[in-house]
Amino acid sequence: MDVEITLRVDGTEHRLTVDTRTTLLDALRDRLGNTSPKKGCDHGQCGACTLLIDGRRALGCLALAVAHQGADIVTAAGLADGDGGGLHPLQRSFIAHDAFQCGYCTPGQIVSACGMLAEAEAGWPSAVSKDPGATDVVLDDEEIAERMSGNLCRCAAYANIVPAIAEVAHR
Amino acid sequence: MSDVRARPHAIGSPMDRIDGAQKVTGTATYAYEWPVEHAVHLYPLQSTIAAGRITSVDTAEAEAEPGVLTVLTHLNAPSLTRPDDPELAVLQTDEVAWRGQFTGAVVAETLEAARAAAGLVRFGYAPREHDVVLRADRDDLRKPEHAAQFGSAPGDLQDGSPADSLLGDADAALDSAPVRLDATYTTPMYHNNPMEPHTAVVSWDDGALTVYCSTQGSSFSQMLIAGVLGLPPDRVRVISPHVGGGFGSKVYPHSYAVLAAMAARTVRRPVKFALTRQQMFALVGYRPASIQRIRLAADGDGRLTAIAHEVAEQTAKAKGYADQVAVCTRLMYTAPHRRTTHRLAPLDIPVPTIMRAPGEGQGMFALESAMDEMALACGMDPVEFRIRNEPEVHPESGLPFSSRHLVACLREGARRAGWERRDPAPRARRDGRWLLGSGVAASTYPSPRLPGSSATIRVTPDGHHRVLIAAADLGTGTWTTLTQIAADALGVPVEQVEVRIGDTALPPASVAGFSSGISSWGSSICAAAERLRQVLESDHGGTVPAQGLEVTADMPANPDEDRYAMHSFGAQFAEVRVDRDTGEVRVARLLGMFDVGRVINPKTVRSQLMGGMTQGMSMALYEHSVLDPRFGHVVNHDFGQYHIAANADVHAVEAHWVHERDPHTNAMGSKGAGEVGIVGTAAAIANAVYHATGVRVRDLPITLDKLLP
Ligand code: FES
Ligand code: FES
Repeated sequence: MDVEITLRVDGTEHRLTVDTRTTLLDALRDRLGNTSPKKGCDHGQCGACTLLIDGRRALGCLALAVAHQGADIVTAAGLADGDGGGLHPLQRSFIAHDAFQCGYCTPGQIVSACGMLAEAEAGWPSAVSKDPGATDVVLDDEEIAERMSGNLCRCAAYANIVPAIAEVAHR
Repeated sequence: MSDVRARPHAIGSPMDRIDGAQKVTGTATYAYEWPVEHAVHLYPLQSTIAAGRITSVDTAEAEAEPGVLTVLTHLNAPSLTRPDDPELAVLQTDEVAWRGQFTGAVVAETLEAARAAAGLVRFGYAPREHDVVLRADRDDLRKPEHAAQFGSAPGDLQDGSPADSLLGDADAALDSAPVRLDATYTTPMYHNNPMEPHTAVVSWDDGALTVYCSTQGSSFSQMLIAGVLGLPPDRVRVISPHVGGGFGSKVYPHSYAVLAAMAARTVRRPVKFALTRQQMFALVGYRPASIQRIRLAADGDGRLTAIAHEVAEQTAKAKGYADQVAVCTRLMYTAPHRRTTHRLAPLDIPVPTIMRAPGEGQGMFALESAMDEMALACGMDPVEFRIRNEPEVHPESGLPFSSRHLVACLREGARRAGWERRDPAPRARRDGRWLLGSGVAASTYPSPRLPGSSATIRVTPDGHHRVLIAAADLGTGTWTTLTQIAADALGVPVEQVEVRIGDTALPPASVAGFSSGISSWGSSICAAAERLRQVLESDHGGTVPAQGLEVTADMPANPDEDRYAMHSFGAQFAEVRVDRDTGEVRVARLLGMFDVGRVINPKTVRSQLMGGMTQGMSMALYEHSVLDPRFGHVVNHDFGQYHIAANADVHAVEAHWVHERDPHTNAMGSKGAGEVGIVGTAAAIANAVYHATGVRVRDLPITLDKLLP
C-alpha cells in the first residue's frame, strides 16, 4: 500500500509517496537520495544507519517511514550543514584522529556520538557507570567505548574513535 | 626507475585523508549510491539444499505480484560464456553445489516488491546426501591444484606456491631430537564481513555495460565480468572510487554483479542489487577452516632442527580454492629439516576466498602458538627463542631478504611492552578475580607487486598534475598515499596533485590485495613521473606547453624481485586478563612493532596496522562461523550472532614501526602494511591466555568454555 507522507530531513521538508513497508533508511537512500546514512545489516545490528530522530539517536533500518511523519530527522550530512556549512566538531575530530578507514560506518558513528554526548549531558547512565544515580556523567574512555558499542566498525578504528570523541566531549 | 627516496617531502607526513570530509559527512559515493535513472531492484533466490538438483520451479505467484518485472531462474536466464571461475557461472544449470547458492532473482520496481515476491517462488529439489564436515582423518583429502581448478595462475595454492615443500628428513630429525613438540591447532571458518555489503548497480547502454561495483580492483572486475558475459573488456566499465571495506572478499566474488547484469539485460532497465548481510555468508567467500599439525624438534641449545607443518583445510567442490596456510612456516625460522604440506577437503559448502592475510592468518596462529610451547619446552624466553632461530637468508629458497628487521621488532617491542619484567611462570599473577598474562608472537606477510598497472600523468602550464590510475581505496588510504607518492615523484607540493582512482576509464591497475597495492601503483606513478620529466626535457625544453602534456607509463620491471625474498614482519605483544570464575578474556593491551619498510603516511598506516591487530583480536576471541552439518549453512549469519569486536571490546592498541626503508621492493622503499597487522595477533593472545591461566587453547576462537575446568 502506498501512502503520501512528509519527512523533514536535515532541515528540509520532503513530500513523498512510500510503500508502507519502506523503512526510513530506504526512504532516505532510495527515494530522497540522501545516502549519508548507510545500510550495513538492515537488522538493527550494526549502527551504520544511525540517525537523530527528534534529537535522539535511532536506527533508520528499524524505523518505518510512514511512522515518522513530521519528525525532525538529522543525518551526518545535515550535521555538517548545521553551523554555517562547515564540518561539525565531531567530524573534524574524526578526520584529525583518523577515526575511520573505509568510512562506511562513519556517518553512523558520528551521528551516534552526537546523540551519545547529548545523553551523557542529560545524565543518562550506561552499563559501566560507577554510580547510575549520579546526575553528572564523566565521559572517560570506558564510558565512551561502552556507549558507542552499538556502532560496529569492521575496519576496527575503535582505538581512534574513542579519542576522537573524547576530545570533543572534554572541550 | 625514478628514485623518490632522495626527496622526502610528502612521503612520511601524517597527512589527513583527502576524502576525509566526504567520509565523515557520508557524501563519498559507494556503489549502491550512484544515482541511476529508472532503476529497478533485484532480490536473489537461494538454494535451500546443500547438494542436488532443482526439479521444478514455480514462479507464477511471484510474477503476478504488483511491480514485478521478471523472475530469472536457470530455466530462462541468459547463457554465459563458460568462465574460468566456476563461481561466476550463475544460473547456468539445475545443479546445486551449496546451500545458499543463487537459484534465481526477482526484479521489481521497488525493493519491497522484489523481496516480497521472492518469498513466493517455489523450487522443488532432488537432494543428494551432502558432505560438509572437515576432519583431518578423511580419506579423500587431496593435494590442491590451483591452476587446474580455476584461474590461470601457476602453482597449487592461492598465492601460486607449491602445495608441498620438503627439505632434508624431518621425520628422522623429529624422532631423534632431545626436545620435541607435536600439537594440532584448528581455526574455524571466518567471514570477512566488510561493512558495505557487496553491491552492483548495472546498466546496459548500446551493448556496453556500466557497473558501479564494490570491488577491490575495478580492472580485475572488468576482466572477470566481461569474460563471463562474453564481451570485450572495453565494453564493460567498472566504477568504484570508494569501497566500504573488502578484506579480500571483494576481489574474486562477483557472482552478484553477473546476476545483476543478466537481470538488467533481461528487463532492459538499470538494476540495483545489494546483498543482505545474511546472504553474504553464502555468496562472497570466507576464510576456510583449517586443521594444522605442527611438529618441532630442537637441540639442547634451543636451536630448531626440524619443522613440520601439515595442513588440512576445507574448500568447496564448486571451486578448489586453497589458502597458503603453511607457507609462512617456510620462511620464518631456520632448521635443516623441513616439511610443509597442504591438503584439501572438497565439500558441499560455499566457495571460500581471500580473507585478510589468507593463509598467514591461520598458519601463524598455529606456528606462533607452537613456538611459544616449544620455547617453554626448551626452557627459554619466547622472544629469545625466536631470535635464536632467526634465519640469515630465506631458509628454503636461500634468497637474501630484501629487508628483515624481525629481531629489531622483537627487541624494541619487548622493550616497549615491559617484557623484561615478565615472570615466565603460568597462572602466577592476579588482580582480584582476574588472572593476568602476557604473550608474544611474530608476524609476517609477503610484500609483492602484482602485474597490470599503468599510470597517466597530465600536467598543465599552471603546474597542476592529474594522476590517473584505476587503483582502489577500501579504507586503505589510497586516495591520500598515492597523492603523496605522486607529489614526491613529481617534485611538487601535494596541492598541485589531483589523483583519480577507481574507474576502468582510467589506466588499468592491479587489485588491492596481497598487500601489493601501494608497491604496484606507486611504482607505476613514479615511472610515469620519470617519463614526464624526460619528455619535458627532451621535447619541450623543460617547459610545459600551453596545451599541457600527458604521459603514460607501465609499472617498470624490478630485477630485484627474483633476487630477494620480500616480506613485511612484525612482533606483537598482548596483555590479557582472564576472569578466574567465568573464563571471560579481556585484552588489556595490544602492542605491535612492525617492519613495513618506509611508511608513506604514518597516520593511515597506523590505522591499517591497528585495524589489522584489532581484527586479529576479534579472530582470536569472538569470530566463528558455525556450519550446521545437517543443512550445510552458516547458522549465525548476521551481526547479532557472528560477533566481531565492538568498541567496548577494545582497550589499548598501539602500532609502532622500525624506521627502515627497503632498498629493493620499489622506488618508495615501502613494504606491504595491509595484512601483516592481523598476522600473529591470535597467537600472541593465545600465548598470553596460557601465561595467565596455564590453559593452552589450540582451537580458535578462545571462548570461555575452553578455559573453564
Ligand atoms: S543498517 Fe541499521 S543497524 Fe545496521
Ligand atoms: S571505517 Fe570501515 S567499517 Fe568503520
